[in-house]
Amino acid sequence: MLEKVARQAMPCQEPGERARNFSEVALGYDEETALLEASRCLQCKKPLCRQGCPVEVLIPDFIQLIKERDFMGAARKLKEKNNLPAVCGRVCPQESQCESKCIVGKKGEPVGIGRLERFAADYELAHGSVTPEAAAPTGKKVGIIGAGPAGLTCAADLAKLGYSVTVFEALHVAGGVLMYGIPEFRLPKQVVQTEISNLKKLGVEIKTNMVVGKATSVEELMGKDGFDAVFIGTGAGLPYFMNIPGENLLGVYSANEFLTRSNLMKAYQFPEADTPTKVGKRVAVLGAGNVAMDASRTALRLGAEESIIVYRRSREEMPARHEELEHAEEEGVNFQLLTNPVEIIGDENGVVKGMKCLRYELGEPDASGRRSPVPIPGSEFIMDVDTVVVAIGQGPNPLVTKTTPGLELNRKGNIVADPETFATSKPGVFAGGDIVTGAATVILAMGAGKTAAKAIDAYLKNK
Amino acid sequence: MTKGIVLLEVEAPAVAAKALAGQFVIVRANEKAERIPLTVMDFNREKGTITIVVQEVGYSSTIINRLQEGDSFQDFVGPLGLPTEIENYGRVACVAGGLGAAPMYPIARALKEAGNEVVSIIGARNKDLIILTEEMEAVSSKLLISTDDGSAGIKGFAATALAQVLEETGGKIDHVWAIGPMVMMRSIVEFTRPLGIKTLVSMNPIMVDGTGMCGACRISVGGETKFACVDGPEFDGHLVDFDLAMRRLAYFKNEEKRAMARLDCGGGCGC
Ligand SMILES: Cc1cc2nc3c(=O)[nH]c(=O)nc-3n(C[C@H](O)[C@H](O)[C@H](O)COP(=O)(O)OP(=O)(O)OC[C@H]3O[C@@H](n4cnc5c(N)ncnc54)[C@H](O)[C@@H]3O)c2cc1C
Ligand SMILES: Cc1cc2nc3c(=O)[nH]c(=O)nc-3n(C[C@H](O)[C@H](O)[C@H](O)COP(=O)(O)OP(=O)(O)OC[C@H]3O[C@@H](n4cnc5c(N)ncnc54)[C@H](O)[C@@H]3O)c2cc1C
Ligand code: SF4
Ligand code: SF4
Ligand code: FES
Repeated sequence: MLEKVARQAMPCQEPGERARNFSEVALGYDEETALLEASRCLQCKKPLCRQGCPVEVLIPDFIQLIKERDFMGAARKLKEKNNLPAVCGRVCPQESQCESKCIVGKKGEPVGIGRLERFAADYELAHGSVTPEAAAPTGKKVGIIGAGPAGLTCAADLAKLGYSVTVFEALHVAGGVLMYGIPEFRLPKQVVQTEISNLKKLGVEIKTNMVVGKATSVEELMGKDGFDAVFIGTGAGLPYFMNIPGENLLGVYSANEFLTRSNLMKAYQFPEADTPTKVGKRVAVLGAGNVAMDASRTALRLGAEESIIVYRRSREEMPARHEELEHAEEEGVNFQLLTNPVEIIGDENGVVKGMKCLRYELGEPDASGRRSPVPIPGSEFIMDVDTVVVAIGQGPNPLVTKTTPGLELNRKGNIVADPETFATSKPGVFAGGDIVTGAATVILAMGAGKTAAKAIDAYLKNK
Repeated sequence: MTKGIVLLEVEAPAVAAKALAGQFVIVRANEKAERIPLTVMDFNREKGTITIVVQEVGYSSTIINRLQEGDSFQDFVGPLGLPTEIENYGRVACVAGGLGAAPMYPIARALKEAGNEVVSIIGARNKDLIILTEEMEAVSSKLLISTDDGSAGIKGFAATALAQVLEETGGKIDHVWAIGPMVMMRSIVEFTRPLGIKTLVSMNPIMVDGTGMCGACRISVGGETKFACVDGPEFDGHLVDFDLAMRRLAYFKNEEKRAMARLDCGGGCGC
């Protein structure tokens, strides 16, 4: 009988130290730890873990290669299914995906699939990269709108199939949320850019500073520009606000603005970088998803004395990845749960000086079985804050959808796409990622990009 | 052009192919620079160029004004925002405050081409700050100049000149555009409000992405929150909350001073 190996912990920077710097929090496994963790995988004949992965990573196979110390081979195996393993290993909500299905997890803790994925991908990044080979050119052109995980994945897969692929990106860098949303301390921008340069090696052309819907349109791409098919992966980039009084006061940011200033424009290096941001002493972040965790932890790093998550429900309902929630708690983020703001209060200069909130309690279970929060009468109080970051979700940006006639949208403005092929109501136009599902996850967006690439290939072969 | 204001013609074929009066671009001068919005002053579809006019007000605009011929921008994205709605309204007044003459120029030109009688006004603090008079003259049936100190044209604010136009035309102006500093736009809006003349203003809040992603540019119009970069930049001046807009514009003042200090001292001191 083999001695039982425990799930290997992820080495991290100390909470006290890391809460004040922008370096990566999780440091990654070293070889010995990775080998120990890999040894916990049973190499199932019918690996349930794979069912939990939207891109069906060959999980037992890559872990086997790690066991054999063939780390480059492991990376290659990963890349057969996943173009951005260094990203996914870091940001996938593994606990609800691959690891939730792992058989080892039924009795104890599941195999650290994400951590192993990150290990192999980082090994590859450090030791020269594996560029998959592209097939012979098909002579057909595909345009991709948006260089987020959905668009980049679709682009890479089509390039591998021999299509000539051009990606149009509105911002000045490719990467989507991976660049402007998720902070450096969780996903180093260098990792993202190296992954993107690997895509370029496949021949994918990325045109930044191109706002589709303004500088060009889907119609034009498919008309005079001669693209045979188009994939729309424009994400969920439209910030929602609470629609409570005081939201336009100075010191109220959307999470997108706050994080974009810090991540994309490197405001945390101000004044070495030119874009400023302002964080007060006491910051309230509204919401409890990954975006909210990122904003609250960024606020601490930018110098806030206190960073407070304000959330209407309880800890169990928080949608953030477990690891982010735990990291935020360790770093000293203050959680005000079952609490909801009703008004943001400003001083005589229109700058935030407080937030009126109500306390909630959990009421009867609703139709979904979740106990819904109900306000406690008379519980009103003023929270002493000088900055408020609204992180309650994002919707679809209408720039592309509004300028594309014949594209069916749902009530919220998301594109309606066939769940099997990601084809839209407009022939030759496919869509996937957050623009279809609403704000979701990196790996779901990548899964959509992948499936759409297959469907586009099939469509163009029959055309 | 005049002190602290430069006119740049930039090669940007993709933008030039589409730009219309009222739209803007977002530029970054270099790798570390801020993204800043600038209005399209002119576009040449054949040459594939865009003309912009930049006033040195702080760090990023100063960096741009120090660019030499042949230098390039790190990033130049556009055209952004909604174009001006050009129709034949009849007699229109185009009121520009200082640098506002640059964004006003293509609007006045398009209005004239659409058959309007265009009366233009350029107002500024003094005569050195008046730009583009020849260009504006060419696209207007009449051009008035006003300066706060009386060093050129009518002594007084742009609103004073507008009052004069109204008088001369027997009160018949069908539509007004006002582009310039917030205080100037507000004074025009307050002037036309009781007269019930529809007045469009071009809002210039702080922007980051310019595509509706961040919400930094939000302003309040008729009690509703709008994103100036995608819903504007032109709005009905009678509905805009100027107090809010002015406060939001000043929010990063101290930080901007720090950036400016670095520019002047070379940055070695780390101040
Ligand atoms: C702060 C934050 C933290 C997150 N943390 C996690 C996490 O830990 N784990 C996880 O799995 N998910 C996380 N998510 C969610 C995840 O990032 C998204 O689900 C994912 O990025 C969606 O990918 P996408 O390709 O659909 O869109 P995006 O990543 O949004 O990319 C869309 C791209 O399209 C571009 N674009 C938009 N409009 C146009 C246009 N008109 N023309 C040209 N280009 C355009 C955008 O600029 C952008 O680059 C997080 C999201 C945020 C905001
Ligand atoms: C739609 C739009 C069109 C514009 N068109 C032009 C133009 O054609 N020519 C031109 O010279 N300027 C234009 N501006 C203003 C220009 O963007 C600002 O002058 C510039 O961003 C200032 O950057 P800075 O770093 O030089 O100054 P900063 O040091 O950042 O700021 C100096 C002062 O300028 C003001 N300011 C800061 N950011 C902005 C901003 N985004 N917009 C307006 N004022 C700001 C503030 O009051 C601040 O105190 C436009 C702005 C918008 C939103
Ligand atoms: S891509 Fe994500 S879900 Fe798939 S195996 Fe890797 S960590 Fe798990
Ligand atoms: S289910 Fe768990 S043990 Fe089985 S192959 Fe997958 S990771 Fe290994
Ligand atoms: S500038 Fe970001 S939404 Fe307008």
